[in-house]
Amino acid sequence: MLLRVENLHKSFDSLDVLKGISFGLEKGQVTVVIGSSGSGKSTLLRCINCLTPPDKGQVWLENLELTARDADLNQARSKMGFVFQDFNLFTHLTVLENVCFGPLRVNKKSKEEARQIALEEIERVGMLNKLDAYPAQLSGGQQQRISIARALALKPQLIMFDEPTSALDPELTGEVLAVMSGLAKDGMTLLVVTHEMGFARSVADRIIFMEEGTILEQGPPEQLFTAPENERTRYFLQMISQLE
Amino acid sequence: MDIVYTLIGELPQFGKGVLVALQLLAGLMTLGMILGLVLAALEVFGSPVLKFVAGWIRKLLWAVPQLVLLSIVFYLPFNLNPMVAAICALGLCSAAFQSQIFRGAIMAIQPGQLEAAKAMGLGQTKTIIYVILPQMVRLSIGGWTNELASELKDTSLAYVVGVMEIMRQGKSIISYTFGNSLVVYFFIACIYFCLTRTGTYVFYRLEDRLWVPGFEKRKD
Repeated sequence: MLLRVENLHKSFDSLDVLKGISFGLEKGQVTVVIGSSGSGKSTLLRCINCLTPPDKGQVWLENLELTARDADLNQARSKMGFVFQDFNLFTHLTVLENVCFGPLRVNKKSKEEARQIALEEIERVGMLNKLDAYPAQLSGGQQQRISIARALALKPQLIMFDEPTSALDPELTGEVLAVMSGLAKDGMTLLVVTHEMGFARSVADRIIFMEEGTILEQGPPEQLFTAPENERTRYFLQMISQLE
Repeated sequence: MDIVYTLIGELPQFGKGVLVALQLLAGLMTLGMILGLVLAALEVFGSPVLKFVAGWIRKLLWAVPQLVLLSIVFYLPFNLNPMVAAICALGLCSAAFQSQIFRGAIMAIQPGQLEAAKAMGLGQTKTIIYVILPQMVRLSIGGWTNELASELKDTSLAYVVGVMEIMRQGKSIISYTFGNSLVVYFFIACIYFCLTRTGTYVFYRLEDRLWVPGFEKRKD
């Protein structure tokens, strides 16, 4: 198992956001986490790479425990990419420099190596024509594709996406989802929090449905979307499908 | 008209005065920058206690007029020479202002970018060097240039403790030519005007060179 999460708890003041989450990710698997706003999906992702330190529970990346007291968090984080809702590209760097950043500064590659890696990943997200542009000169969709390339350039073992299309106009959502589907096809391990049910249905190997800080139901998309066992899951999917 | 010939004859003295003023400026701005960066870093990243202490040091330095602080430093029982006293006193005052410029610049960096660096596994020192500093320089250079111009003018205060800067040179000319105060002071005003314009011109060009899309552009 590539990633293992055991009994994860997190609360903010008196609000229990995660109430004992456990699951695992196999290598090459695409897992999509769905659930209503406030169900703890984003907090779960942020607790996995300890951007938000969990209160209780364990996270293992292969045999490295991130939640251990003496864990080398930076090393662990460099093996798991993270794509944010609002991109968070470095404003002062060009597209190429943004993508070179990880290999150069984190993985300590030479300039030439970093450039090679960066060019490959930028090609993968179809942005080679914008190498010297600054983030402010790109559309939201383009920025998100570059931030995916930036995550890929670290050569991570898995990539986590925290609502990667929520800040985008509908017409820009497609290009980002297309890049993500491509990654899934290439065998990348993905853990995606999203409201894009179409993407979840067609790309995911497994869906996790979260509600009020717990996993209510999980399984392959066919099962979850067509025959959900849980009443709440059924209700949520119904609401979502009405919106779509 | 005699005064014009006198002023021309005294140009070398004014030249020396300008050099002294520039040395003083360089000294106080450097001291102010180092202390200002430390204060800003403590106020943004420090523990609550450090934040509190740094905040109050800044407020104290801010509240005391430069002339008063200069006199205090000069009359401290260390027998500081006038130049050193002036650099320390004006530098301390400038530190308060510069720390605000840097603090504002650091806080203007999107927190999400720092989080992105963290999520990539970049250590804190490297985040400061490669993410915070390059953006901080761009965001603070405009305010810093204004501070430079303002401090250039404030070097004239050092005259009260006997630093041989531009004002002091003018005073000594006035004392032996009698009655030409106004002409000499106008001449001194012109010197400051030229120095200030040259300084701001250089730094505004630097700001333009460092500018990249996504940062605000100075409007002038």
